[in-house]
Amino acid sequence: MKTKATAFPYTIWMVIFIVVPLLLVAYFAFTAQVPVEGGLAGETRTVFTIDNISQVGKFAPVLTRSITLAAIATVICLIICYPIAYIISRGGGVYQRTLLMLVMLPMWMNFLLRTYAWMTLLEKNGLINRFFGLFGLGPFEMINTGGAVVLGMVYNYMPFMILPLYSIMTKIEVTTIEAARDLGADGLHVFLRVILPLSIPGVKTGITMVFVPAVSTFIISRMLGGGGYLLIGDLIDLQFLGNAYNPNLGAAISIVLMVLILLCMSIFNQFGDEEEMEGTLL
Amino acid sequence: MTGVTKMKWYAKTYIGFIMAFLYLPILVLIVYSFNESKSRSYFTGFTLNWYKQLFTNDLIINSLMNTLVVALISSVVATIIGTAAAIGIMNMNKWLRAAVMNFTYLPIINPEIITGVSMMLLFGAFQTLFAWLGENTGVNIPFQFGYVTLVLAHITFNIPYVILNVMPKLRQMDKSIYEAALDLGCNEWQAFTKVVVPDIMPGITAGFLTSITMSLDDFIISYFVSGPTSQTLPITIFSMTRRKVSPEINALSTIIFVVVLAVLILVNINDARKEKLLRKKAGGGSRA
Repeated sequence: MKTKATAFPYTIWMVIFIVVPLLLVAYFAFTAQVPVEGGLAGETRTVFTIDNISQVGKFAPVLTRSITLAAIATVICLIICYPIAYIISRGGGVYQRTLLMLVMLPMWMNFLLRTYAWMTLLEKNGLINRFFGLFGLGPFEMINTGGAVVLGMVYNYMPFMILPLYSIMTKIEVTTIEAARDLGADGLHVFLRVILPLSIPGVKTGITMVFVPAVSTFIISRMLGGGGYLLIGDLIDLQFLGNAYNPNLGAAISIVLMVLILLCMSIFNQFGDEEEMEGTLL
Repeated sequence: MTGVTKMKWYAKTYIGFIMAFLYLPILVLIVYSFNESKSRSYFTGFTLNWYKQLFTNDLIINSLMNTLVVALISSVVATIIGTAAAIGIMNMNKWLRAAVMNFTYLPIINPEIITGVSMMLLFGAFQTLFAWLGENTGVNIPFQFGYVTLVLAHITFNIPYVILNVMPKLRQMDKSIYEAALDLGCNEWQAFTKVVVPDIMPGITAGFLTSITMSLDDFIISYFVSGPTSQTLPITIFSMTRRKVSPEINALSTIIFVVVLAVLILVNINDARKEKLLRKKAGGGSRA
């Protein structure tokens, strides 16, 4: 029990499968394959270059779009989920467990299928439009819009917002709230001066847990946004497994995405505290 | 306490709306698994055919099997490596522990697509390396994108979840009990298996269950590291969504949904019963 040696296999594993792959991404991002002069056809050599990184600038509109849509989705998620988390955290026993279960349950349904079901709902002659049609309304243009992409993000990542909020809110004692009331605070003040400040760590975790997957998604945008809402994730996918095959550029975009997210993370200054992190993961 | 548990009407309405939003697509999936025609916009009549055909659809059954096998193997391996790692990390000094933990968080913080892409590059490099070895040393190690790469990738993203689940239990553990076991004549291994393991078991189980869940549901990382012969269910579903999703998938999801629902309800009832028993033991039910 006094030994560090048991962590040895893991350390080796971590170096091979976490550190080396990230170094490879960096290596690819800063290199390119160029034809060898006077060599055989198809023969290439690897050269160091920053072309890939500077090329990412061309995709600035995609980067901006990804950040904007993900940010909108994150804010909507926070606004929708904050009250739910609060209601669940104040419920007792069976009620609390049941609601929590109902929030988690959809995550067990494959997210591709749930997103696909949204296609069925949002389509031009989809279920929602036909429902409105009964009243002579519509059809509304819903699928293949930015709104649909945001909806997909909010829908898929909502549990990631609810869970950290919920787990921080259950730690707020009823007596604390009662004390605030006894000291003369009305509902609004109890919220602004007691509940909100105490739940800030959960808000931070929730924001990162929604924003990170939202900004890097490539399925939701493709299924609900049609071809018109290409996001960073789609770009990366296209460079590695799509028609635009160019792993060097793909690696460069990945690096940019990582730096972007690390920047956002350092702004929120999350994940620094071990204890906090452990409480939020399931 | 009673005032807190009772929900106001607006809270109930709000929760109702949110649940409707969460379950609307799932309801659509379930309803269309009983749809007679293959259409995903019109309901033409009730049938159980898709459920029957599901079990003869080799593509779906094979990918389901692949998913289960990969999830099981990777979770078991990840639980072993992760638990051992958590114990080792606890014994490290502050500085080293912080460094290791930072790398442990990396796959969790990093967007999945980056983890996927980086592993794809790694396995590509492996291929080149093994091919070079084969040419120059005669040692032939067949290495292809497939089962092996899938399992390696899944183990990698599962280990951090095990560590994060086991560490708090180790921290809570009373070290003197372990020392007492040693004083009473256990050797280190006995003390470990008889005292430490039972004590941290809830953390190990939680880590294992989290791993299995993550593995079963993973699409993005698997998408980048799987080969053509080792498709998991999410990958099969993805390739279907590009053309047409066959209603058998709806049938399968409905079955999975019902099973998970049943398990969760049972666990819930069990918890409720335990809680009640505890309250009775505490006497008088003063908190009830």
